[in-house]
Order: sequence, then structure tokens, then C-alpha cells
Amino acid sequence: MKVPSNQDLVDFVLHETRLIDTHRLDEWLDLFADDGIYWMPLEWGQTDPRLTASLMHEDKLLLKVRVERLKGNRTFSQKPKSRCHHVLQTPQVDKRDEAANRYVTWTPMHYVETRLDQQDLYAAWATHTLAVIDGTLKIKLKRVDIVNCDAAFGNIQLFM
Amino acid sequence: MGKYRGNVEAIKALIRETEVHRDVYVDDEVFALEMEHVFGNTWVYVGHESQVPNHGDYFATTVGLQPVLMVRHSDDTVRVLHNRCPHKGTRITAEGCGNTGKFFRCPYHAWSFKTDGSLLAIPLRQGYEHAGIEQSHAVLGLAPVRHVHNYRGFIFAKLNDVGPGFEEFFGESLTSFDNMVDRSPVGKLEVAGGVLRYMHNCNWKMLVENQTDTCHPMVAHESSAGTAIKVWKQLPEGSKKPMAVEIYGPFMSSYEFFENMGIKVFPNGHGYTGVHHSIHSDYSAIPGYYDKMVAAYGENRAKAILGENRHNTCYFPNLMIKGPIQLIRVFKPLAANKTLVESWTFRLVDAPDMLLERTLVYNRLINAPTSVVGHDDLEMYERAQEGLHVDANQWVNIGRLYEPSEQADMTAVINGTSERQMRNQFHAWSKFMTMSMQQAG
Repeated sequence: MKVPSNQDLVDFVLHETRLIDTHRLDEWLDLFADDGIYWMPLEWGQTDPRLTASLMHEDKLLLKVRVERLKGNRTFSQKPKSRCHHVLQTPQVDKRDEAANRYVTWTPMHYVETRLDQQDLYAAWATHTLAVIDGTLKIKLKRVDIVNCDAAFGNIQLFM
Repeated sequence: MGKYRGNVEAIKALIRETEVHRDVYVDDEVFALEMEHVFGNTWVYVGHESQVPNHGDYFATTVGLQPVLMVRHSDDTVRVLHNRCPHKGTRITAEGCGNTGKFFRCPYHAWSFKTDGSLLAIPLRQGYEHAGIEQSHAVLGLAPVRHVHNYRGFIFAKLNDVGPGFEEFFGESLTSFDNMVDRSPVGKLEVAGGVLRYMHNCNWKMLVENQTDTCHPMVAHESSAGTAIKVWKQLPEGSKKPMAVEIYGPFMSSYEFFENMGIKVFPNGHGYTGVHHSIHSDYSAIPGYYDKMVAAYGENRAKAILGENRHNTCYFPNLMIKGPIQLIRVFKPLAANKTLVESWTFRLVDAPDMLLERTLVYNRLINAPTSVVGHDDLEMYERAQEGLHVDANQWVNIGRLYEPSEQADMTAVINGTSERQMRNQFHAWSKFMTMSMQQAG
């Protein structure tokens, strides 16, 4: 693939979600570019990830720590494991910049995370910034804006 | 009447030399009494003056369960007021923080108040001509909290008249605040970066105790800190150690490291870990910062300030501060089994931005609801909150490195894995809980 069609971009986002919901997290990690970032802002409309706190702002190394931790024998908060489920609106392609190899999609979603008898529902918008690298689409930035990003939450243990 | 109200002996019997009864964590009546007494008779942290820099700026929060607001009055001082309209009880502040201008105006019936709380005007005031309003609570306006102290920008309030004065209550423990403030080349802090709010289904004291519990990091946090070290070691030889690994790594330090780190306890339940070194000792130098400190303080003094690496300083009852990284955590009790944890960060005024950046990375990695370190801590607290309902053993052990010669309300330096700070906190708890308690006849 050199230039992705809009359908390619939509399919990518749907596939990414499916990997999370089915716990195929090593494959999910491979969707990120080497310098890819997963960002979950703390502030409504946040623009600065550096001098403003975020819930998550993780490079591939930190994401790998999370994925490896979830497999661990002494990961006490994941005994038993959490499960998750996404309901997405159809992703919308907001920007296509073929010259800069930069494609942006916007996806409203509901995300459910469960563990034992607890079920938590979050409403959020996912913004994917994608690029074609070595012939495949990769995530440069996945930004997840939770609608009530500044509320007091309990544990959020998986990935939205 | 319940089991504990008006029963000083029953409260005192909850605390033994090396163990405490589970009712201090699970009993609703004990919780209600804590809110009246422990949070009434002690100096409780309200906020930082940098949150209200201009006249009319306010910040709404709680002391125990009591809604209060902190506001910058026109004489430049920071006032703490009970956050309710004296008329019908409506909370005065619309949002968590903002600017009210020259006065507060209740949105319900337009009663208005100056920013020191005094009553400014009531619409149709003649309607109260024969209503005895001059003798009522209503005429007092937004009642000020009577005891307020500003220590180097940190605002504390004491709700009751009983209990010690500010200096007596904190004493030498204030040196942890001093060190945090002195780390700014101009001796000034500003709240910055936003607050992380994390809901915990457990008693507030479990969180406080955990701050000086040095025997849990290498166990409970092996899955996060241990994995971080493992993943980093897979990187190519010679890769620069990322800031995140510098932060996670020391959680896996040995028992010996924590033993030698030391704990210092102070009267009235305050104390800190990290007398000699701490998990914050070996962070990389931030370019340009040391030179600024030397220019401001001279080399010896700058070295002394930066050489202090206190880990967690607990201020009784519910505040913890980390001087070396300018971060504080407030453990706000909501119910016997519910606590809101707020983690606030500060900018050292006139220091490089990178210091704030590191503080924010620490806060995000360790204190966020999305933190893999926080997840395992919370799992332990919630399991304890459940396990404590076992009737066959109703006692929690806090006896590690207890010495029969140990005296309460003393300043002492001890082994870093001692549970003496927990004993110190519970001694203070018993003292302030019963200080103003009326024995039922």
C-alpha cells in the first residue's frame, strides 16, 4: 500500500479496536509506529502533553511495559483479568495529506471495562493520526478524549 | 447511641501498642467521629495560595466532609469560608475554582457577601424588620473558618477551637515544606499541570499508612516496576535510560536500600521516609538548574537544599508531600470505605520547565487512575477493606521493629522499614479523636 483509501483507514481503526477487545495486544502494539504515542488527555481540549498532566501519554516502550505486565504472574490487579468492549461509530476521515503521509480519523465511541462484578462505561472520541510505513498503515498518534476526562475515576486498566 | 460516641474508653481501646482494631477502617460511627474530631481538632490542608493569585479568586474544597472555599480577599490575605449561603444553604461557588469579582452573590435569592464572608446586601431587606435577623446566623454571612494559617504559601485550616496552635502542631516537620519551597531559586511554588483525581473504595488511613510502608514496593509493584526494568534491558546496549525507567526502577530496590533510607517521626503524627537517601536520589540532573540554585543561594546552601532527598512526608491527618519532586497527595475521606485521592503538582518558579515535566511524568505513571503502580496498590487496599470483615481476627498489625522503650510524641530517626510512623499516626489519631469528646454520663 502506498496511498490508503478512506475505506483502508476505516478498516484499520475497526481492526485496531478488535485487537484490543480480543486481547491480541502484541499484535496491537505492532500497529504503532516506532515513535507512535498513545495519549489520553486529562484536560478538556488539552493541547499540551508536556507541561499539563495527562491520564496517559505513552511511547511504545511504556505501552510494551503495560502489555507485558498484563501477562505477568504477579500482576495482582489483573487476577482475575479485566475485559473490555468497544462500540464505535463509523470512523470519519478528517484529513488526508498524501504528500506528508498523514491521515487523521475521528471516531466517537463507548467503551466498557469490566472486572469481577464491576462494569464501567466511558464515552470518548478517538482521534487516530496514521501514516503508511513500509507499505502498511501505522499509528503515529492515538488520542483518546474521554467526555468526562476530568472526573475522578477508579481503575482504568486496559486500552480505550 | 452507638458503641463509640461519647465513649472515650472504647475509642482508646481501638489502638494498642502494636495493633489497631479493624473498626478504625470499617466502622461508620468511627468514621463520623473522625470527621468531627480528628478533622476538627487538627490543621488540615486546604490549598495553595497560587491557586488564588488575584482578588476575588476562589477555590472550593473540603475539610473532612465540610465544604469550604478559599478566597483571596481585597486586603490580599487568603480567607477560608464555610461554603454555604447563610440563607437556604446553597453552595456559593459555582465551579471548583474561578473569580467572583468584588463579592459573592448567591444565585438563588441574590444575597451578597464580601470576600471576607461578611454580609453585603439582602434584597428587600425591610422584609426582615421584625424577623430578628440581627440575632440570627444569617446575618453573619459566609462564616469564616476561625483558624487559618498560611505557611510559605500552603493554606491550612482548623475547624475547632480546641487542639494545638499551628507551630506547635507541626513543629520541626515543617522542614519538609521548607525544602520543597527552597528548591525554587526564588523560593516560590505555583500549582501547575492539573490535578489527578483517583477514586478508592477503601478507608483513607490505608492510603496514609502506605506512604511510609517501605516493605511493599518490591512486592506489590514487581509487576509494573520490575517489568519496566525488564523491557528497558531489552533495548539495544547503550540506550539512554528513559525518564520513565528512572522513575519506575527504584521501586524495585532491595529491602536493604529501604532499611538504610531511614524514617524520621515527629510529635502529633507527622513523619517522613528517606532521611539518608530515597527513591528520588538518583534522578538525572536537569540542565541549567544547579547553576541557577548556586547563583541564588551560594554553593553550600544550594548543595544542602538539593542534597535533601526526603521521600514521603506525611502530615497528620491526610496530606503527603514529596519535596524533591514538588508533588503532594491529599487523601480526602468520603466514607469509611471511600476515599478520593488528589495528586497535585507544582512548578518551581524560575527553574527549568523540565523539572515540572518530570514531576508530571511521575504523577502520571504513579498516581493516575490509569497508573499500573496505582492499580496494584488499590487492589491491595480494596482486598484489605473486604478482608477486615473477618471476625476471627479483628486486629491489624503495625508492630514491625517495635521497641518496648518507644515513646509517643517524640522526634526520632529509625530504620527505614519500621512501622513506627504508622504507630505514630495512630497515637495522634487516638489523641485528637478523644481531645474534645464528651464522655456520656
